[in-house]
Amino acid sequence: MSDRQSIFDAVKAQIEPFNKKGVPITDATTFQGDLEWDSLTVMDFVASIEDEFDIIITMNMQAEIENVGQLVDAVAKLRDN
Amino acid sequence: MTETGLQPETLDLDPAPVGPERDLMNKFDGLIGERQALLDSGVIDPFAIVMQQVTSPTEAVIDGRDTILLGTYNYMGMTFDPDVIAAGHAALDDFGSGTNGSRMLNGTFRDHMEVEQALRDFYGVTGAIVFSTGYMANLGMISTLVGKGEYVILDADSHASIYDGCKQGVAEIVRFRHNSVEDLDKRLGRLPTEAGKLVVLEGVYSMLGDVAPLKEMVAVAKKHGAMVLSDEAHSMGFYGPNGRGVYEAQGCEGDVDFVVGTFSKSVGTVGGFCVSNHPKFEAIRLACRAYIFTASLPPSVVATAAASIRKLMTADAKRAQLWKNAAHLHGGLKSLGFRLGTEQPDSAIVAVILDDQEQAVRMWQGLLVSGLYVNMARPPATPAGTFLLRCSLCAEHSDAQIARVIGMFEAVGKAVGAI
Repeated sequence: MSDRQSIFDAVKAQIEPFNKKGVPITDATTFQGDLEWDSLTVMDFVASIEDEFDIIITMNMQAEIENVGQLVDAVAKLRDN
Repeated sequence: MTETGLQPETLDLDPAPVGPERDLMNKFDGLIGERQALLDSGVIDPFAIVMQQVTSPTEAVIDGRDTILLGTYNYMGMTFDPDVIAAGHAALDDFGSGTNGSRMLNGTFRDHMEVEQALRDFYGVTGAIVFSTGYMANLGMISTLVGKGEYVILDADSHASIYDGCKQGVAEIVRFRHNSVEDLDKRLGRLPTEAGKLVVLEGVYSMLGDVAPLKEMVAVAKKHGAMVLSDEAHSMGFYGPNGRGVYEAQGCEGDVDFVVGTFSKSVGTVGGFCVSNHPKFEAIRLACRAYIFTASLPPSVVATAAASIRKLMTADAKRAQLWKNAAHLHGGLKSLGFRLGTEQPDSAIVAVILDDQEQAVRMWQGLLVSGLYVNMARPPATPAGTFLLRCSLCAEHSDAQIARVIGMFEAVGKAVGAI
């Protein structure tokens, strides 16, 4: 399994507790549009992703991340640093 | 005739109207609809209250009714203090109604200097800078202090002015879970050691009225080499031996680098400030856009603020009455079965947590027509999507007023099924 796939799986697992509507999760799934998360849910989710991967996703970076694929790529990059 | 005057007339005197698809106001349709739905349900608009008369720090006339004010942040009841009012009158007479300019140019009058000295005396510090509002104090301090490649680390439940200070600046912004010392520690530990960092905290968080574990948080910040700014807007006047705030009450005066505060709560007028012992603090005046590019406060405002701050230094009886009032209200509402924002009366804010918007609005309206004004607060201002009726106490509330307030909460709470 590729490193990206393992990050995707871990991100997907973190999404599930917040995925109240059971939306199917792909790279293209958007947090605001598809998952319909409000800002409070996003905040809780980002904190759990940060702790899962021991990284910091600054609010500046969060502003650029709209879908799951972008988040997976950002996590991969941050872990390499 | 100028060259411009000789140009052929090319101005389109009848431009095409902006098409509905490009109307910038369309983005507010959701808000307009939500507000209309609330009004259509027949309730009084909670965000359009007018005080027709204000008769004391604790009483006003709203819609023709005598109303007890329990949602004004007038913690120390200084708004009608005779010495404060006299200072304002004198400044109006002697210096006029406004300054017409920036602090940096023509907008610094005698009483701007006097109020900054009053702040230095009150806080026991070497530096004090006054801004036009508390909002601008946070906006200016955070955006100016923390530059590119540096970090602001803030509590998730921070006030909008702190978030907006972050947005206005160019620093990297990192959030930690509300009041979690462990979460702050973890996040600071993940940041580059060499980068400059500012941890922004609040002594009292105004939505639920909960107090920060500042002592532990400041210790963690210092362990990671970060500077600390504490917003003490909701604690000035009644925490700590000198009323300086939660940071004084918890004994971390030596480790908090910047304290931000406001004149619009305990001081009883309008304006904001930052105080500090940093030897280079005065440089903020030269760099801070929120300080430079706005008009300074009117002379009467800074004169009333100075008089009020000097009286707050020795307002022991008021402090005692305020804490007594907070305990009285908190205990009364708790024993009635209301769910409150804090287990104990930790601050001068008692937040009543309700089930949903409909219950909150009905409760709020029931209290208002009974003659009691409280703040209604809703997401996104509130944490965890809660609907709150927020009560803020005043040192001038009498025991009899608090007893009446508890009686109104009981009657209305039962009528709407909240208890």
